[in-house]
Amino acid sequence: MDLAFFFVFSAIALICAINVVLQRHPISSALSLVGVMGSLAVLYLQLGGEFIAMAQIIVYAGAVMVLFIFVIMLLNAGAESRSGKASWTAPLLGIPALLAFLGFTVYYFLRGFNNAGVVKFGGYTGGSAAGVGISLFTDYLLPFEVTSVLILIAIVGAIVLARKEMD
Amino acid sequence: MVFIVITVIKTALILFVLLTVLAYLQWVERKVIAHVQVRMGPSRVGPHGLLQPLADVIKLITKEGIMPPHANKFFYLLAPFFAVFMALISISVIPFGTQLTVGPYTTWMQLTDLNVGILFVLSISAMGVYGIALAGWSSNNKYALLGGLRSSAQMISYELPMSLAIAAPLLIFGTLSLRGIVDAQSGYHLGVIPKWAVFAMPFPQIFSFIIFLIASFAETNRVPFDLPEAENELVAGFHVEYSSMTFAAFFMAEYANMVTVCSIATLLFLGGWHPLWPAAYGSNLAAPLIMLIAGAICIYHGLNPARPFDRFTLPVFGVVFFGIAGLLLIPPVVPVIMPIFWFLAKTGFLLFVFIWIRATLPRFRYDQLMAFAWKGLFPAALLNLLITGFLVALTS
Amino acid sequence: MPEAMQVLQSGVPVSWYLILSAVLFTLGVAGFLLRRSVITVFMCIELMLNAVNLSFVAFSNQHKDVSGNIFTFFVMVVAAAEAAVGLAIILTVFKNRQTLNIDEINTLKN
Repeated sequence: MDLAFFFVFSAIALICAINVVLQRHPISSALSLVGVMGSLAVLYLQLGGEFIAMAQIIVYAGAVMVLFIFVIMLLNAGAESRSGKASWTAPLLGIPALLAFLGFTVYYFLRGFNNAGVVKFGGYTGGSAAGVGISLFTDYLLPFEVTSVLILIAIVGAIVLARKEMD
Repeated sequence: MVFIVITVIKTALILFVLLTVLAYLQWVERKVIAHVQVRMGPSRVGPHGLLQPLADVIKLITKEGIMPPHANKFFYLLAPFFAVFMALISISVIPFGTQLTVGPYTTWMQLTDLNVGILFVLSISAMGVYGIALAGWSSNNKYALLGGLRSSAQMISYELPMSLAIAAPLLIFGTLSLRGIVDAQSGYHLGVIPKWAVFAMPFPQIFSFIIFLIASFAETNRVPFDLPEAENELVAGFHVEYSSMTFAAFFMAEYANMVTVCSIATLLFLGGWHPLWPAAYGSNLAAPLIMLIAGAICIYHGLNPARPFDRFTLPVFGVVFFGIAGLLLIPPVVPVIMPIFWFLAKTGFLLFVFIWIRATLPRFRYDQLMAFAWKGLFPAALLNLLITGFLVALTS
Repeated sequence: MPEAMQVLQSGVPVSWYLILSAVLFTLGVAGFLLRRSVITVFMCIELMLNAVNLSFVAFSNQHKDVSGNIFTFFVMVVAAAEAAVGLAIILTVFKNRQTLNIDEINTLKN
């Protein structure tokens, strides 16, 4: 049962991720990215991180990606055109390097994490809101306060950058 | 295996009841708004217009579906599907009552009780923005795009006070699962006042309730926050280019969202399925009493009819109401039906408030709407959360 | 072989989640290098961040420690802040250059 869920949702995540990279129109890429985030949220649920799964959908898929879609609609970004000015070095060198990197990491994960245990739905229950909350407000209180200042800086920065100049 | 069969049966039942309720909610809305405006509303199709939803469904199905030229076909068709999907899926975590025992099988009247149930509802309402934004953008129409973007911005802005208003009673209950929240509201203060969230100690959550209601008006694009789909100002906004079944889909999604937020308000603030006064003082007789009064009114107006065919239809309704009242007095049925009755009564009352306000208030201008969210409702929700947290920390 | 089937019956090995995370990360890097619209490049960055989040949650499950979830929380917060500021910058660049093609945004001043 866990295996079936893992296969289905990782297949959806992979297909949507390939779609993000291959689609010409930014809106299609954005919606495929929403699909990736949704299927990753289900995988987080299987891994026991239920609070993070819901936070992923509320914050990431439900706010950050809506911001992306707003910007794409406001800028009226059209489909990418295939211009002839594309350089050849990036695909020629990049793709073999990426495949080598991927092969190396997959080999390392298969060899090094062979006895790392299995994941069952319900096998780890420490990721509930209570567990995350207690850890966040006792062990990780300083990073929490720092991120609140970071968000404030980001809000002020975004407003300053995106407003119209006063004439 | 048994679990799967029971869940499928429950899903089919809830879907059937929900779709019927959605259709008849539209009838109720039209009748209530009509009577507020001193006119009659639908009264021709069937007795008192009761078959009007059926006529509307037939009309919408047989209308010609026009796709605007140069519209992005895939997203144009995806948007209403997305909206309806998100609107219907949030019903799956709402508990309607207590346990139901049929033969050897016992099941809760809820499709699934997630540990993070209330966060699930918040996440689905966050995803509901996509249907509207995509509908506005893919119609290739500047009014639709404007309406879609405004509606999405409005929904996102009002999600914040809604989440803060939800967080305040969660501090008092200490659990995120919806069944746990309702269970924490059982019992009575001093024997008579129910321990609902609006009467909770240490801080009655009445402000959270009001903030949640106002924010949910904006979340569901209802008056007074319905500028994005206003017929007069914006040529019907984001669904201007949709016709027939796709328009029906958006309509259905809006009503389903309304039912969802009213159910969540009932569960979080009004005590879910718990009665208003203890069963020892006779709250189990409230439902049969209401049905008896309704039956008596129907029979009285059947004897002095306002219209000729009322002489036949109203007594029939009266007999039906008396039958339901009799059914509600049978002892084995009472512990199962009473919680559902109280839940439906409270949710129905909130839906009536939604419809009442639609009939009464004018709509906000867009900048007034956004200023109210960011400068009025959000600080109020934040202050409410701070006071609640402070009082909970003091008394525990 | 029957031992592997035994292991598979009881759940999904953690290494499979890590491999999925690696594949998603590689796809993100590929998109980052090959795409030419600024917004799509930005979305590939978000894809990379999501892949890393999956790794963190998988490790949190493996070690039965909630710190992995906390790391994911902070990554999400930083990604949201970065998306807000980055999109504001993209808006300003579009206002000045009228193009979203990163090959054409290659001079400091017009």
